Amino acid sequence: MFAALIILPLIGAFVTWLIPYDRLRPKVLSLFAFAHLAITIHMLTFTPPESAGGWFHLDALGKIVLLSTSILFLTCAIYSIGYLFYRRERSNRVICIGLLVCLSAASLVTITHHLGLMWVALETTTISMAPLIYFNRNARSIEATWKYLLICSVGVALALIGLYFLAYATIVAKVEPSLLLDDLIRDAGKLSSGWVHAAFVFLLVGFGTKMGLAPLHTWKPDAYGEAPGLVGALLSGGLVNLAFLALLRVYQLALATKEIAFFQNALIVMGLFSMVIAAIFMARQADFKRMLAYSSVEHVGIMAVALGLGGKAVFGALFHILANGLTKGVLFLSSGNIHRSYNSKSTDHVRGALRRLPWSGGLFLAGFIAITGSPPFAPFISEFTIISSAFIQGRMLIGAIFLISLTIIFIGMALTVLPMVMGEVPADSETTSYRDSIGTVGPPLVLLLMVFVLGIWIPAPLMALLSDAAALLEVHP
Amino acid sequence: MITLADQLLVLVLLINFISLGTSRLIFSIRSVAVQGVILGILPGLIHPFSWHLVAITIVIIAVKGFVIPQLLGRAVRSAEIKREVEPFLGFVPTLLLGAVFTALSFGFAGRLPMLPEHQNYMFVPASIATLMTGFLILTTRRKAISQVIGYLVLENGIFIFGLLLAEAMPIMVEAGALLDLLVGIFVMGIVINQISREFSSLDTSLLTSLKEE
Repeated sequence: MFAALIILPLIGAFVTWLIPYDRLRPKVLSLFAFAHLAITIHMLTFTPPESAGGWFHLDALGKIVLLSTSILFLTCAIYSIGYLFYRRERSNRVICIGLLVCLSAASLVTITHHLGLMWVALETTTISMAPLIYFNRNARSIEATWKYLLICSVGVALALIGLYFLAYATIVAKVEPSLLLDDLIRDAGKLSSGWVHAAFVFLLVGFGTKMGLAPLHTWKPDAYGEAPGLVGALLSGGLVNLAFLALLRVYQLALATKEIAFFQNALIVMGLFSMVIAAIFMARQADFKRMLAYSSVEHVGIMAVALGLGGKAVFGALFHILANGLTKGVLFLSSGNIHRSYNSKSTDHVRGALRRLPWSGGLFLAGFIAITGSPPFAPFISEFTIISSAFIQGRMLIGAIFLISLTIIFIGMALTVLPMVMGEVPADSETTSYRDSIGTVGPPLVLLLMVFVLGIWIPAPLMALLSDAAALLEVHP
Repeated sequence: MITLADQLLVLVLLINFISLGTSRLIFSIRSVAVQGVILGILPGLIHPFSWHLVAITIVIIAVKGFVIPQLLGRAVRSAEIKREVEPFLGFVPTLLLGAVFTALSFGFAGRLPMLPEHQNYMFVPASIATLMTGFLILTTRRKAISQVIGYLVLENGIFIFGLLLAEAMPIMVEAGALLDLLVGIFVMGIVINQISREFSSLDTSLLTSLKEE
C-alpha cells in the first residue's frame, strides 16, 4: 500500500513524459491524481500496519497532511485541464511531470518515520517545483525561480546538518544509532542536551525556511507572485504543510526532551514575527498574487504560534493545515483566472472583477472572507481555537499581538481585494480570450464548499483523526 | 590513518580560504572539485574496508569531483564570464570573516560532548567551518555561479559531519541526499543559463525587479 502511494505518481510522470499531445496530458494527470486520492482514502480508513523496521508508518499527523495534499492536488489537476488550455502557446510536459514527481515525494514525506528519508523527500519536492515556477519563461519568473531554489535548498541543507547532530547525539549517548522517529523519542531522555539543542536550532531554521516563516520568507512573495495560479496553490496549500509536518516531527521529539520550552518559545517568536511582517507588507500591496504570498506568511505564522502555545491550540494548528490549504487553493486558482482574463496581476488594471468574471471574482471574494478568519468558514474555527487558547492560558501579550495582526491584515487585504472585485471594469482594460467555464471555476468552487462545510460541521471521522493527531503532540508527563 | 585524515581536513580548510579569496570562477570551481575528491577519500581512512565503502568512495569522487564541476564549468563557459567582480563584500573582509568563523567553529566544537574515539579528530570543527564558509560565499557574492559554489561548499561541510555517522545513516538516505544535490545543481545550472540569456550577465544583483517598493 505504501509503495503504491509513491510509485503510482511516478508511473504517471513517466506516462505523461511519453504522451506527445498537450491536450491529453492534463487529463492523464487528473486520472493519476484521482487514483492517488482513492488510495489515500483507502489507507485512511484501513490503516496499513507499520512496515518492517518502522521506516513507513502512517500516523494521524501524516494522515491529515496526506489527505489535504491529495484533495488539493486532485482539484489542481482537474483545474489544469481547463487552465492549460489557455496556455497552449507552450508545451505542458514539464509542468505535468513536475507535479506528479512532487506528488510522489510529498506522499513519501507524509508516510515515513525515518527523518533522513523525510529530508530527502522534502528536498525532492523543492527541486521538482522549481521548473514549474519558471513556467512563464520571462525575466521576472527566472528571478523568482533562482531565489526560491537557492534559499530553499540552503534552508533544507541546514535542516540536514540538524538531523546529523541528532544522529550524532544518539552515538554519543551510546544508544542504538538511528534517525527513526520512534527510536529517537524512546531514547530522547538519554541524548546529550548540547547536541540536541544545536540540532533543534538548525532544524527550526531549515524547515522554517522551507515553510516560509519570517525572517526566512524572502523567497515567498517572488515565487508565489510569478508562478502560475495552480502552482501557487500547491506551494501555499501543499508544500507549506509538508514543511509544517517536518516541524511537527521535530516537535514530537522535542516533547520528549528538556528542550521543549525553548522550542515552543522560538516557534512563538517566529510565528508572531511572521504575522507582523505579513501585516506590514500586506498594506497597499498592488500585486494581488504577492498579497496572497504574504497571506501565506501570515498563516504559517499562525500555525507556528499555535504549536508554540501547545494545549488546545495544537488542535487549532492541525485543523488549520486543512483549512488553510483548501482556502489557499480557492484563492490561488480564482486569482489565476482573474490574471488570465485581465492579463495583469496589478490592482491598477484589475477592477470590477465581479462584473467581468462573476464566478471567479465571487470565489476570490469568498476566499478572502474565509482566509481572514470570518465565520462561517473553516479558518474561523481554527483561528478562534488558537486565540481562545492563548487567552485561557493567560498569555495575554501573545493573544493581543495575534489579534491586532489579524485585524490589520484584514483591513490591508480588504483594501486590495475590494477595489479589485467591486466597481466598474476600466474602459482601457485588456481583453483576452479567457471566459469562466466549468473547468476553471468548478475546482475552486468545490474547494470553497469544503471550506464552508468544515466551518459549520466537522465529520466524526475527521474529528477523531484530529483528536488522535493532537494526542501525539501532548506534553508527556 | 588518523593523522592523514586530519591533514586532509586541514587541506579542506585551506581550500575554503582559496574559494573565499579568489575572483577567478574556473579556479574556484576546480578548488571545490579538489575538496570533493578529498571528501571522497576520507571515508576510506576512518572506516574499515568493505565493498560498500569502495562504492561510496567512487560515487562521491565521481559526483563531487567530476560531474558537478563539469556542469558548473559548462555554465561558466556558455555565459562567457571569468571573474567575480565587485562582490557585495570585498575579498579581504570575507577572508578575515572566514578566519573568524573558523576559529569560532573550533570553539563551538570544543564545547560539545564527543565520543572518545572522535575526540582528537578535526571533523566537527572542519565541518562547521566549511559550512560557514559556504554560507559566507553565498551571501557575499554577486554572480549566480559563485552562489552555487557557496552552496556546494556548504554541502561539503555537512558531508564532513556525515562521515562520523556511518552507522546511523542508511545507504539509501546517503544516496538520496547525494542525488538531490546532483539534481539540484543540474537545475541550478539550467537556471543560470536562462539568467545569462535573459539578462546577458550572471549578476544576481540585476535580479531586482521583484523588490518591494
